[in-house]
Amino acid sequence: MSKVSLQNHILVPVHEVLKKDEGEELLKTLDIDKEQLPKIKVDDPVAKEIGAKIGDIVRIIRESPTAGKSVVYRLVV
Amino acid sequence: MSKYDSVLNKYPIPDTIKVEIKEKLEELKVTKKVAGEVAERCYRAYLTNLMEPGEAAGIVAAQSIGEPGTQMTMRTFHYAGVAEIDVTLGLPRLIEILDVRKNPSTPLMTIRLTEEYAKDRNKAREVANRIEATYIVDIADVETDIRNLVIVVNLDEKALKRKQLTIDEIRKKIEKSLKTEVVEENGNLIVKSEPSYKVLMDLFDKLKKLVLAGIKEIRRVIIRKEDDEYILYTEGSNLKKVSKVKGVDFTRTITNNIYEIYEVLGIEAARNAVIEEAISTLEEQGLEVDIRHIMLVADTMTADGELKQIGRHGVAGEKQSILARAAFEMTVNNLLDAAVRGDRDRLSGITENIIVGQPIKLGTGDVELITRYTRTKK
Repeated sequence: MSKVSLQNHILVPVHEVLKKDEGEELLKTLDIDKEQLPKIKVDDPVAKEIGAKIGDIVRIIRESPTAGKSVVYRLVV
Repeated sequence: MSKYDSVLNKYPIPDTIKVEIKEKLEELKVTKKVAGEVAERCYRAYLTNLMEPGEAAGIVAAQSIGEPGTQMTMRTFHYAGVAEIDVTLGLPRLIEILDVRKNPSTPLMTIRLTEEYAKDRNKAREVANRIEATYIVDIADVETDIRNLVIVVNLDEKALKRKQLTIDEIRKKIEKSLKTEVVEENGNLIVKSEPSYKVLMDLFDKLKKLVLAGIKEIRRVIIRKEDDEYILYTEGSNLKKVSKVKGVDFTRTITNNIYEIYEVLGIEAARNAVIEEAISTLEEQGLEVDIRHIMLVADTMTADGELKQIGRHGVAGEKQSILARAAFEMTVNNLLDAAVRGDRDRLSGITENIIVGQPIKLGTGDVELITRYTRTKK
C-alpha cells in the first residue's frame, strides 16, 4: 500500500511547523511564554510526519463546528 | 469573492458568523456603507456575548454535562441498531470515554472502502474476508483421532468458498504456525503430532486458537450499503492493522476506541474523537448538551500532548495542590504522601482556597485593582 499521509484522515486537522520568527511573533502578540501553550509530543504520529522538533511550535487549523476555521498552537515537547 | 468580504475581514469574528452576515447582506443587497455599519454592530454584539475573563467555564461545563448525565440509562444497554452489532450506550459509554479506557467494552470500527471496492458487493466481501478473523472451527469440523494420534480437520467446502480460501493455503498456514506436518487426504487435512497424548492435546488447543485469515481483534464484519457505497462495520477494533489492508480507504476509517486513535493518528485526532463520541452518546439519549462544554473537556484531556482521563489518574490527580487532590479522592493517601514528601500547598487554585476560607481567583476575585496616586496641583 502506498503511504498515505495521516493528515488526509478525516479526524486529523492540518498541522504545520511555525518558522522561528513566526513563533516569536505569536508569543509576543499573545504575551505568553512558550510553556503556557498546549503541548504536542515529539513522538506524536502527526508531529513525526511533519518533522517537528522539541521546542518548535505547531500551528493546527481545526474545522470547528462552532467557529468554522479555528487556529490553535501547540508546543512540541 | 463578494464585495462585503473586505468589510467583514476587518473584524476578528469567527468564520461561521461572517458567512451568516454575508448571506443576509447579499440577500438585502445593501451598500458598502450600510454593510460596514452592520458589521460594526455585529462585532459589538459578538463581544458582549463572549465569555468574560475570570468566568468559571470549567464549572459551567461540568454542570452542563453532569445534569443531563443523571437522566441517562444506568444499565449497559445494547441495541440492534447499526447492523446488529451490540454497542455500549448511555452512562457506561460516557464514563468509558472520559476515563479513556484502553479496551472499551464494545469496540467497533466503521471501515469505508476505496472506490474500486466500495461499489461492488463481492469486492467488499473480499475486503471483509481479509479483515475478519477466521478460525479453524469457522470452516471445518476438528476432531482428534486418539488411536493414530492425529487431528482430523474436516473442511466445509461451502464455508471455504465463502471465505475465499483454498485447502492448500490452510495447509501451509497450519504447517507454518504449528511447525508440524500436515497432509491432505481426500478433502480432509490430517495434522500429525508427536506420539504423545499431551502434545496432541496442546496442538489441538493451538489449532483452535490459530487465526487462519484476517485480523485477530476483528471478531465479526458486517457489510452494509449506505447511499451508493458498501461500508464495513466490525465488532472489535484494530485501526493500525486494518488501515494497511488492501481496499480499505484509511482516510475515512474510524474506530470508537479513542486510545487507538490517539496512538495511530495523534493527539488532535484524539481530541476530535472524544468530542465526536461524547456528543453522539449524549444525543443518542436525547440529551442536548452544547458542544462547547464537550470541547472544553476534550481540550483539558489533551492539553499536555497525551490523552489523559478525567479523574484520579489524569486531570484531577495531577493538580498541583495537595488540598485539591485530597478533596477529590483518596484523601488520606494524598495527605500522607504529601506529608512524607514535605510538600507545600501554594494555595493558587480554587478548591484549596475554598477549603481554607479565602477569596477565590474567579470572576471579580481574579482582578486586583491598583490605584495610581498622582497629586496634582491646582
